[in-house]
Amino acid sequence: MPKDLGTYAPNTWCPGCGDFAILNAIKTVLNLLQEEGTPLEKVVLVSGIGCHAKIVDYLNVNSFYSIHGRVTPVAEAIKIARPDLKVIGFAGDGDAYGEGLEHLIFAAKRNVDITMIIHNNRVYGLTTGQYTPTSPLGFKGRSTPFGTVELPINPLELMLSSGATFIARGFSHGLELLKKIFKEAIMHKGFSLVEVLQVCVTFYNMYAYYDQRVYELKEHKPEDYGSALRKIREWDYNLDSSIPLGVFYKKEMPTFEGNFLNPKAEVIDRQVKIKEILKEAV
Amino acid sequence: MVNMQEFSLLFGGKAGDGIDKAGLIIARILTQLGYRIYIYRDYPSVIRGGHTFSIIRAAQEKIATHKESIDFMLALNKETLDLHKNRLKKDCFLLYDSDQIKTGIASACGIGLALGEILKEENAPLIMRNACLIGGFSKAAGIPWDILEKVFRKEIPKDIDLNLKVARRGYEGTKELFRIDKLGQISLPIVSGNEAIGLGLIKGGLKTYIAYPMTPASSLLHFLAGLAQDFSLKVIHPESEIAVMLMALGFAYCGERVAVGTSGGGFCLMTEGLSFAGMGELPVVIMLGQRTGPSTGLPTYTAQCDLDFVLSAGQGEFPRFVVAPGDAEEAYFWSAVSLNMAWKYQLPAIILSDKTLSEGTYSFDIDSIEEIKEEEPLFWDRKPTYKRYLNTDTGVSPLAFVPDKEAIIKVNSYEHDEFGITTEEAKIATLMYDKRLRKEKCLIKELEGYNTVKIYGNKDSSVALLCWGSNKGVCVEVANNLGLKVIQPIILSPFPVQQFQEALKGIKKLVSVECNATAQLVRLINRYGFSVDAKILKYDGRPFLPDELEGKVKETIK
Repeated sequence: MPKDLGTYAPNTWCPGCGDFAILNAIKTVLNLLQEEGTPLEKVVLVSGIGCHAKIVDYLNVNSFYSIHGRVTPVAEAIKIARPDLKVIGFAGDGDAYGEGLEHLIFAAKRNVDITMIIHNNRVYGLTTGQYTPTSPLGFKGRSTPFGTVELPINPLELMLSSGATFIARGFSHGLELLKKIFKEAIMHKGFSLVEVLQVCVTFYNMYAYYDQRVYELKEHKPEDYGSALRKIREWDYNLDSSIPLGVFYKKEMPTFEGNFLNPKAEVIDRQVKIKEILKEAV
Repeated sequence: MVNMQEFSLLFGGKAGDGIDKAGLIIARILTQLGYRIYIYRDYPSVIRGGHTFSIIRAAQEKIATHKESIDFMLALNKETLDLHKNRLKKDCFLLYDSDQIKTGIASACGIGLALGEILKEENAPLIMRNACLIGGFSKAAGIPWDILEKVFRKEIPKDIDLNLKVARRGYEGTKELFRIDKLGQISLPIVSGNEAIGLGLIKGGLKTYIAYPMTPASSLLHFLAGLAQDFSLKVIHPESEIAVMLMALGFAYCGERVAVGTSGGGFCLMTEGLSFAGMGELPVVIMLGQRTGPSTGLPTYTAQCDLDFVLSAGQGEFPRFVVAPGDAEEAYFWSAVSLNMAWKYQLPAIILSDKTLSEGTYSFDIDSIEEIKEEEPLFWDRKPTYKRYLNTDTGVSPLAFVPDKEAIIKVNSYEHDEFGITTEEAKIATLMYDKRLRKEKCLIKELEGYNTVKIYGNKDSSVALLCWGSNKGVCVEVANNLGLKVIQPIILSPFPVQQFQEALKGIKKLVSVECNATAQLVRLINRYGFSVDAKILKYDGRPFLPDELEGKVKETIK
């Protein structure tokens, strides 16, 4: 019987919020991981600030409820400190692509073995409706009532060029694909980024829009950088093109935390060693 | 005639000339003779060019400040002589590169060595001009060649034979003019303030050090990176001070003793993480090396201008530990204690240093330092159910670390309940706020067992100099000369009111000495109902010097 993994915290997401799909998918995957030999105590969840972040209150699992934009460095540190843990970061698009973008780039560059799940609803929900780095040109939000005058970034392309070794996209209408991708991302040894087109029903309801355009990648070679780049560029978050879902890129590379795995075997007496150093400084 | 009990040597040239290393070698030679050392390094914020100098002061007794006047000058260029000629004492000894300096020499006390020519003959690189001058100085001072050779072999890993050959040319090109004799006392190691801090952190159980480079904290990063293998340390240099601080909190969550280092500008970026450390009750030690602000200010010069800032940095109210060591021994001791206090009370601890302390070099006597207790934090007793923020009498909640089969460990930046789940309930919010603040009361009690306000000089004097941090050295020297008392609060948060009051007993005139423009320590003591009678302030980036301060103190107390 799989555990429910829930807590006593009342859920305050809006009915129909795309975050429910992510919560349900991750619960399934955490149960799966347990069945396959990763006990729950070896999982740490990290979240930022925003609607997405409440997910750690709703899961009876080790967690670190961080501050806005700072999911990535915390997740990296926990993995470097305890390489035997599975570290899963949840971040919003404002949280990961806006404030804190530099951390994402550097975590990808270092290839720290963490999984970053980006709840990308392309709007600031908790602050009641402003544009984000992936809102389309002309987006009318509360800070841009006449429409934005800047193009969105393509975060997956940025991640590819930064050195991420696993890049995928899912959609909050599509639970089975989410579970599959989450599992694969968590098991991937290296930095993985899963973007979820997670719909905000209150401030930017894109269900119908996405339903018409998304399709799952078939016969795609995720180990091929060129193919990955082409598929990632198929949708630029602005034009009304088709939107591929699935694993774009996957590659095995040495991880950053691997560098710290070879401490000297013998337990040293620090006081003795300090005195040795001082002797050298005479 | 130079007083061999206590003398100063200035070594000057351009940035990139290797002045730092040359100064250190001279200090090591004098150390071999039993002298106690203080080195002041003055350099501009450039990689090449620009005037750079070190003042190496040596004495029979321990010292922690340098002086204005110079007994010996070793000049690689004319600029050194021009800029510092007023420092030269009447009986000074000047050794210079006669290929660089041709005019304006007080020939009575100067010896020139044609360094360019010598190097050319030996086919040696320009950097070895230093070796030649050191050789010349050693001979002039009657220092045996074998001492120079011993220090060279230890300090110079590259081209040692050629270095020695060039030094020999200097040695032979000079004659013995005076004698710096061996003192009958043991040699002490010489370390920079940052090295003392680094060793103290290691002593305190440091596992991880994270920093983004910034003067004057960078040398701590370099020092610990060099020792990483010896002590199995993780030393990480991430993308920004924001990442530094947040990473540190991640390590603390995992139970790793962690420290970070920066200066004021980097600390600005760390403050959101600092506040999180307060709310999340995550132990982290921050070494803050102050320099002259505001903003970029004078990046390679000193100041004590961030006391107000560290006492209130970060949104909200939470307890913090702030310590300002005054010399290398205090830096070592209190860095170890900072880690202990951070973990015992689960709060951020700040080691408030400055350029003078961090980059000053001191003779270091580890045997004179009080014993540092090994302290464990409060661990979970394994009685179910684990609550990360259990409300206790002391406010300190027992710790468990991931992975733990029987504990779910939840840290939260929001106000949270005992389990770590977000709450907005007024009652719980008040309860948890009080729990965090309660820790400070216990910390105050604990610190009563430490010497948190130090006293020096004439303890019976009714006139006292009040100082903090690196001004200790200069104040003690001046006070000893004038028969005054010195009061140095080491812990600045929580402020040791009781010990401070004790120290003030019998004082009729209290004079504060600070390297800032607004007397920040005075503002701090004002809060607790104390006041001073006069303030001596300096904020040009340079530390107080004994003669200068003595004059000002005399003026103030007459």
